[in-house]
Amino acid sequence: MSTEHLADSNPEAPADAIPAVDPRLLVREEGFSGYLQEFGRKLKAGDLGSLPVVIGLVIIWSIFQGLNSNFLSAENLNNIAVTMVATGMMAVGIIFVLLLGEIDLSVGSVSGVSGAIVAVLAVTHGMNEWLAVLVAIASGAAIGAIHGFFFARIGAPAFAVTLSGLLFWSGFMLQILGSNGTINLDSEGVVGRLTTYYFSDVAAAYGLAAVAVGAYFAGAFFDARRREAAGVPSRPLAEILLRTGVLAVFAFGAAVVFNQYKGLPLAVLLFLVALVGTDFVLRRTGFGRKVFALGGSVEASRRAGINVTGVRIAVFALAGTFAAIGGLFWASKIAAANQSAGAGDLLMNVIAAAVIGGTSLFGGRGRTWNALLGVMVITSIQYGLALEGIATPIQYMITGAVLLATVVIDSVTRKTQKTAGRA
Amino acid sequence: MVHVTAAPVLALRGVSKRFGAVQALTDVELEIHAGEVVALVGDNGAGKSTLVKTIAGVHPIDDGVIEWEGRPVAITKPHDAQNLGIATVYQDLALCDNIDVVGNLFLGRELRRRGVLDEVEMERRARELLTTLSIRIPSVRIPIASLSGGQRQTVAIARSMLGEPKLVILDEPTAALGVEQTAQVLDLVERLRERGHAVILISHNMADVKAVADKVAVLRLGRNNGVFNVADTSQEEIISAITGATDNAVTRRAARTGEARK
Repeated sequence: MSTEHLADSNPEAPADAIPAVDPRLLVREEGFSGYLQEFGRKLKAGDLGSLPVVIGLVIIWSIFQGLNSNFLSAENLNNIAVTMVATGMMAVGIIFVLLLGEIDLSVGSVSGVSGAIVAVLAVTHGMNEWLAVLVAIASGAAIGAIHGFFFARIGAPAFAVTLSGLLFWSGFMLQILGSNGTINLDSEGVVGRLTTYYFSDVAAAYGLAAVAVGAYFAGAFFDARRREAAGVPSRPLAEILLRTGVLAVFAFGAAVVFNQYKGLPLAVLLFLVALVGTDFVLRRTGFGRKVFALGGSVEASRRAGINVTGVRIAVFALAGTFAAIGGLFWASKIAAANQSAGAGDLLMNVIAAAVIGGTSLFGGRGRTWNALLGVMVITSIQYGLALEGIATPIQYMITGAVLLATVVIDSVTRKTQKTAGRA
Repeated sequence: MVHVTAAPVLALRGVSKRFGAVQALTDVELEIHAGEVVALVGDNGAGKSTLVKTIAGVHPIDDGVIEWEGRPVAITKPHDAQNLGIATVYQDLALCDNIDVVGNLFLGRELRRRGVLDEVEMERRARELLTTLSIRIPSVRIPIASLSGGQRQTVAIARSMLGEPKLVILDEPTAALGVEQTAQVLDLVERLRERGHAVILISHNMADVKAVADKVAVLRLGRNNGVFNVADTSQEEIISAITGATDNAVTRRAARTGEARK
């Protein structure tokens, strides 16, 4: 799954072997023009990748920058980056559920429960804050596993189970928060510093960018070498260099922006770690392959010996875990656990972020990196509107419209891909 | 012709299967040798699918004996059949549209290197397998959705070959395929035979059966209704066995005396 381009002809193949390549296959031509051709073909086939999101983000940023010259300031971009982590973490979890072709409507409430648990345990009962954080995350996992159990084992629709969860867990949160409703957190504590800590040394952001670029290049390079040695099609060095170059531009660009303000935010670092980790799990491990398989065909997965119930429960537990982690970032952002946590447009934003990023609602298509781009779009819109002083009702309407637009794009893409035979 | 070894790979002796009030299979006998293609034919409801499912371990048998390479075995769940070396390709192919050919071939038995999926080795082995079976598909890295019906069928059959099975069961592999695609699949069946696999081929298509099968076993209303050598049997004879045109006093008497001899 690591090569997206089609098979190259293999010059090393013995002459008498029949190549497993159909003569009708449109093989990519050598060099840059071949790359462009391939790109054009993918566009026509509805295999748009991240392109529409990137274009959308550029348009959104230009519009808001035109309306208010502070929008692209280092400070505002930093605020967007730190704020988006909460929604982004939750989106990572829901991408796993969407890959199954299911939905989890409870992530907003579960994030509220997580913040409330930390506040009650650490502030009201004086528990060690690290321990309280662990309890909150474990609770998220357990809640998700309960949803998964009712869906996978009992066979209730995930939509209905998590819709009940939405109400139940939001009631649970209000119950444990008690009568006064708001518990303030220590802004210098573990949770408090999640969104306020910055690695102020400029070397941190640049170093991270350098490590990321270096690791990407080394990974791609050695993978290509191994493929070559095994005699299977590999990515040409020029393409690896091009991809590494593009990554370097974005990585160092982001590092410059961070360093113009307070340095690399801890929240962003944790988000990147979560993205890299989950992407690895999805694409390189047996568990990830099973998730995709279930999103493609449940019956095929069952016959291949995959433990369908187990994978489904695990995926809902993951969604709960990431919802809880996102809840901690929300609590950190407002330095409190309050009654409105996890309510409002949060759930919609999480789903929108995942879908805008390119995860299909129909299952089987998407990557956790989608969460990064999607949540950047959503959070940029929120900040841009806030800078313009546009009130919440209008914000809700705009977010709703954006979500509808993305779902439409997802459905149309799926149709195009079907006619092009790629879905 | 076919080289027939002494002990059949699989032999069914008097196999019966009931579902509630329905006697789906009654005293069915079947023998398959290595390097032999046996076509299993019969009208709808004749018990073909049930018979295949008993061999594949989906429905355990009620009476009778299943012999594997000469010794009796119990096949009570699909895993038993797989462990013996029986691979089944069902009519609905059970492939994941969104996963590429390599991923589908190795679905459920991915190769790992230090706990991580070994994509390179899987791709190498997939290409090797497809080459030895002379399967032509555009690329092993495109999703199954991009393949034609015949290509999907060949991928599904290739997948069954990964575990080096001794017996491959193909449930209507050419139904719903075009002329060229049917030819591809039949080629593949012949290649399986050349490589020494035993093949059970369920088909409604007499032309396919005549083309690749060595023997034809006819089921009618859950009972054996004759086993024919394809080479010296006409299509009409097979069809009359399927429809029951041969089901008359003479054949019944012959069957009874045949049983009495045993």
